[in-house]
Amino acid sequence: MTETIKPPAPQGKRAAYEAALRKRSMRIAALSTLAVVAAIVILVPLAPGWEAVKRSFFNGGVFAKTFPGLLNAFLLDIAIFAWSLPLIALLGLAVAICRDIQRPALYPLRLFATIYTDVFRGLPVILVIYLIGFGIPGLGLPRPWNSPYIWGSLALILVYAAYVAEVIRSGIESIHKSQRSAALSLGLTTSDTMRFVILPQALRNVVPANMNLVVALQKDVALLSFVGPVEIFRQAGVYKSLYANFTPYVGAALIFLAITIPATRYADYLMHKRRRLEQ
Amino acid sequence: MTPLLRMTNVQKAFGDNHVLKGIDLDVAKGEMVCLIGASGSGKSTLLRTINLLEPIDDGEILLDGVDISEPGLDPQPVRKRIGLVFQSYNLFPHMSATDNVMLAPRRLKGLSKAELEAPVTTLFERFGLADRMGHYPDQLSGGQQQRVAIIRALAMQPEVLLFDEITSALDPELVAEVLDVLRAVRAEGITMIFATHEMGFARELADKVCFLDRGRILEAGTPDQLFDAPKEERTRQFLSQVL
Repeated sequence: MTETIKPPAPQGKRAAYEAALRKRSMRIAALSTLAVVAAIVILVPLAPGWEAVKRSFFNGGVFAKTFPGLLNAFLLDIAIFAWSLPLIALLGLAVAICRDIQRPALYPLRLFATIYTDVFRGLPVILVIYLIGFGIPGLGLPRPWNSPYIWGSLALILVYAAYVAEVIRSGIESIHKSQRSAALSLGLTTSDTMRFVILPQALRNVVPANMNLVVALQKDVALLSFVGPVEIFRQAGVYKSLYANFTPYVGAALIFLAITIPATRYADYLMHKRRRLEQ
Repeated sequence: MTPLLRMTNVQKAFGDNHVLKGIDLDVAKGEMVCLIGASGSGKSTLLRTINLLEPIDDGEILLDGVDISEPGLDPQPVRKRIGLVFQSYNLFPHMSATDNVMLAPRRLKGLSKAELEAPVTTLFERFGLADRMGHYPDQLSGGQQQRVAIIRALAMQPEVLLFDEITSALDPELVAEVLDVLRAVRAEGITMIFATHEMGFARELADKVCFLDRGRILEAGTPDQLFDAPKEERTRQFLSQVL
């Protein structure tokens, strides 16, 4: 095995110089951040409407009373997210594979998959939620098949699966054709080639891009509130009317951020790691 | 005796680029044929047509007397009998060396990992890679990767092995270890067709050397004939440049 030799680090006066440089840039960054924060803290309260805004958006009393209820409503967001996600993954994968089919007999599958991704990527999410969420229960289906949970979730699943399918397809196309040649030259079937050689590599390559979609999905669950489910956004609206105060929206925003910021950071980290591996 | 592989007037064009302009080639069972020639002379394409990775435009390729270039023929059974090793190794990067080797026998011969364990280990041992079986391709040197690729092709126990300039991407000091492996394979008497720039190696091991020039086999013969007494002016030119 190759022996790992420690690369030389700057020594003596060079090390001291670099340390001084680092310290200096850190000092500058800290000072300028401090100045900006101080300006906001001092200047914003000077605005004429600040007192009114503070009362209606940052009201501690209302916050304390509504926050537990919001958290509780957020569980529903998580539930919708949790049952949609695996279905999105499966449907997205299936559509991506259909779009790659070469066999003429299966051309209809390929055609439908293409139309599907074009349509659902071309529509605003909220429009799909309205059309499916109101349209299908409008058929007068019996309970529980008129539930907005089912049809609202289906709308999310259809839209996000279209995006996931495109991401996976780009991953499939990113695998060099020499990999396909190598697999075929061994006598593997085209489906085995896809299953054992192309897809595992493609899926690994698109993990970061899919993580971004997961973050987006997590937020878009709130859109279902428009067709009925009392999830966090709807609940915040109820509290707003009850207390005639906007603070519940701020509380809801904080809850979303508590989830999405770590998730986004994680996606960035994955992407960064991926890029390092490719070098 | 009919040859194991017979190519007659094989033609192949990519658009306007006429790559193979009527190849005639007989390869007997157990024979080792070397293809030499400048880059772009059609060596790689020739090998890829035999493995059916490239459909031919005209001519015939007979394996054991059966035309494998027949349009519409299922390429899979043919590819099982004809292995191909690539210049750029083309190992599957997400699998360990062992899994790279076992994939095809598992899927195509229905063998289990347990059943393959012993024969695959023997192959790795023979090629000096016993301690690298669990390694992933990016943990192996170019020479090691190429040896794994050869083992991968051998594991299917093909009747014919095709080698497409398999040492061209390797540093000179790694070429030797791969060529050593080939000597071992050669000793087993597997039929081989070998596109190469390693003239010394061609001379040492080949039964027949073919000089490809612009899509034609311009001259073919035993290594002694071709290297010492080339008949064609272009062959002489080529050899004087590479030797």
